[in-house]
Amino acid sequence: MHIVVCIKQVPDSAQIRVHPVTNTIMRQGVPTIINPYDLFALEEALRLKDRFGATVTVLTMGPPTAAESLRKALTFGADRAVLLTDRYFAGSDTLATSYALSMALKKVAEEFGKPEIVFTGKQTIDGDTAQVGPGIAKRLDYNQLTYIARIVETDTEAGTIKVERRAEGGLQVLETRLPVLVTMLEASNEMRRGSIENALIAARADVVTWNAAAVGIEDLTKCGLRGSPTIVKKVFAPTARTDKAEIVETEGKADAKAAALVEAIFAKAPAVEQELLEQAAHHYV
Amino acid sequence: MAEEKKPAPAGGGRANTKKELPEHFKAYKHVWVAVEIEHGEVHSVSFELLGEGRKLADKRGVELGAVVMGDDRASLDAAASACFEYGADCVYIVQDPALKHYRNETSTKVLTDLVNTYKPEILLLGATNLGRDLAGSVATTLQTGLTADCTELAIDDEGSLAATRPTFGGSLLCTIFTLNYRPQMATVRPRVLAMPDREEGRTGKIIEFDPKLVEEDIITKVLDFIADRDTDKANLPYADIVVAGGLGLGSAENFQLVKELAEVLGAEYGGSRPLVQKGWITSDRQIGQTGKTIRPKLYIAAGISGAIQHRVGVEGADLIVAINTDPNAPIFEFAHLGIVADAVTLLPALTDAFAARLRVNRLAS
Ligand SMILES: Cc1cc2nc3c(=O)[nH]c(=O)nc-3n(C[C@H](O)[C@H](O)[C@H](O)COP(=O)(O)OP(=O)(O)OC[C@H]3O[C@@H](n4cnc5c(N)ncnc54)[C@H](O)[C@@H]3O)c2cc1C
Ligand SMILES: Cc1cc2nc3c(=O)[nH]c(=O)nc-3n(C[C@H](O)[C@H](O)[C@H](O)COP(=O)(O)OP(=O)(O)OC[C@H]3O[C@@H](n4cnc5c(N)ncnc54)[C@H](O)[C@@H]3O)c2cc1C
Repeated sequence: MHIVVCIKQVPDSAQIRVHPVTNTIMRQGVPTIINPYDLFALEEALRLKDRFGATVTVLTMGPPTAAESLRKALTFGADRAVLLTDRYFAGSDTLATSYALSMALKKVAEEFGKPEIVFTGKQTIDGDTAQVGPGIAKRLDYNQLTYIARIVETDTEAGTIKVERRAEGGLQVLETRLPVLVTMLEASNEMRRGSIENALIAARADVVTWNAAAVGIEDLTKCGLRGSPTIVKKVFAPTARTDKAEIVETEGKADAKAAALVEAIFAKAPAVEQELLEQAAHHYV
Repeated sequence: MAEEKKPAPAGGGRANTKKELPEHFKAYKHVWVAVEIEHGEVHSVSFELLGEGRKLADKRGVELGAVVMGDDRASLDAAASACFEYGADCVYIVQDPALKHYRNETSTKVLTDLVNTYKPEILLLGATNLGRDLAGSVATTLQTGLTADCTELAIDDEGSLAATRPTFGGSLLCTIFTLNYRPQMATVRPRVLAMPDREEGRTGKIIEFDPKLVEEDIITKVLDFIADRDTDKANLPYADIVVAGGLGLGSAENFQLVKELAEVLGAEYGGSRPLVQKGWITSDRQIGQTGKTIRPKLYIAAGISGAIQHRVGVEGADLIVAINTDPNAPIFEFAHLGIVADAVTLLPALTDAFAARLRVNRLAS
């Protein structure tokens, strides 16, 4: 079995600072990480590898520095890393991203065998659209399984897969045929630690690097900004409300402050007080 | 790529930042909402979208359409009536046994066929698991733009859909357009938009659509549905009162104080995203852009700074009360009521004060 896990390198949101005056993101020096949601996908792939002896390829589209995230994935136990990088991809929206990635996946299939399962994360922490997975599935004509909480069974002989999918109010149990695109839900598993042995291999491993031409993209108008139907026209700071918060100012200890705050809350929301009093009467009479 | 998209330089220069709608898209008219139905029930996000869609359609001078799919006549009819009462002019009813449960394969086919037949210019879906699953496939099939998780929808001077959403990591918003492709697609999360008023007895036009589905041809099968047990299930989006804590509380033990206040108020409790990462609360209790959007009558935030990602999740609350030691915390910019105080000492006092007012005894901790 051949499994591909798509990972995206993203800035570590925990370390992002916003410039206090200009309100813009200060990116300098912000470390990058593998999109945290993608680790659940990678772990699931590695579990299948443990069970079935699958080969796991990790694929990313990004700047050349994204090779770092690929190497990190290798330390966890992935077998092969593919970097898709080209300046023509800059500014891609999700439609252009899924196009480029699907072309790379076709090339992966040619070179290393057709993947039965392509994994993606549920969403990224930067673009946060959850659209790339479905986009890839559609373009490759793979059966689409999103928000997967658990892979119940994979039968490579019969070419079927059974999963539990998170839906409103419960889990849908679905069965479909391979090949599939699976987006894993967060917390569906726990990422293993990388091994020192793998870290040594990863440090020396070749990262297969392809540009647009290498994956057979001839029509560059499908890539990057030009291939993106969505256009960001305006970036702006949210308008401050004209009336800022009314500050409850009370001297004294916590009880005095609390009493004053309760008064102020009920003064502004008499209906809430009314409902609470009714509920209280209901419960305790 | 991973880089934030820059707004087009002023004065243009790039062809695709100008509106030059190709001829074959000019026939696209009307605003549509793809209605989410599961187990016969319409998800309220669909009504919220109809409320907003009504405004967009009026601004454009076009019809508001609603698409309902399912297998059961009675629930489809009920859904259609509700859609009319919430503002739809026209309801497209798609009935087929194969549509009993949501499946990506069937719903994508039906919705793309409908779009190609009736050509709406705007297509809105809920940013739920179902909506996101479907929207991504439909937009790819139709090769059009899809803006995720919008917090605001509007029509600009040229008649295009202006979809606004928060940008990454900053305290900024961005407005995204799909100028030259149709339909213009967007998803909005539950509770971001206000629930519209229901106009009893309002009706409209019904169009039946035969999806021509054959179960044997559908590859994915629904084997079972395991309903959640609802013990300790958070229902933040629809709670009337929500009490939340942030990193300012300092520890998981102190978060207990939030729960105690919530208990006295019969409220749901939640928190900012870092608390999920620290394991103080479960992810279904995260409030904000990547958590739940809430619209309670009263929201009390203790030790939360008020980052944009948090703000967009709570702005629909009627009354926002902030407790923070820092008088310059951004949360005071959008809270209605604030107090500069140490939440760790104020919260228990507040719990007592509410309990006294409501004459209930504080539950022993
Ligand atoms: C603030 C902001 C808002 C944006 N809003 C929109 C929008 O509304 N609509 C739109 O079309 N585009 C939008 N974009 C552009 C979008 O982020 C990019 O297209 C991005 O390349 C992929 O989308 P995503 O990060 O949302 O990924 P998601 O769709 O959330 O990613 C899902 C999964 O796909 C895989 N994946 C995603 N990107 C890659 C990659 N480069 N390499 C390998 N695997 C990958 C990962 O497994 C990931 O977990 C936005 C970007 C920013 C910064
Ligand atoms: C893509 C992305 C998505 C995100 N999504 C979300 C989301 O959905 N929800 C969300 O909440 N965040 C989200 N975030 C994170 C967000 O940017 C902030 O980092 C986060 O909201 C901050 O949490 P906080 O307010 O608890 O902590 P901090 O920002 O650290 O604020 C703590 C506050 O507590 C105050 N304080 C300190 N001590 C006390 C005390 N004793 N009493 C009272 N106040 C005190 C401080 O003055 C400060 O204002 C997201 C970030 C990114 C990049």
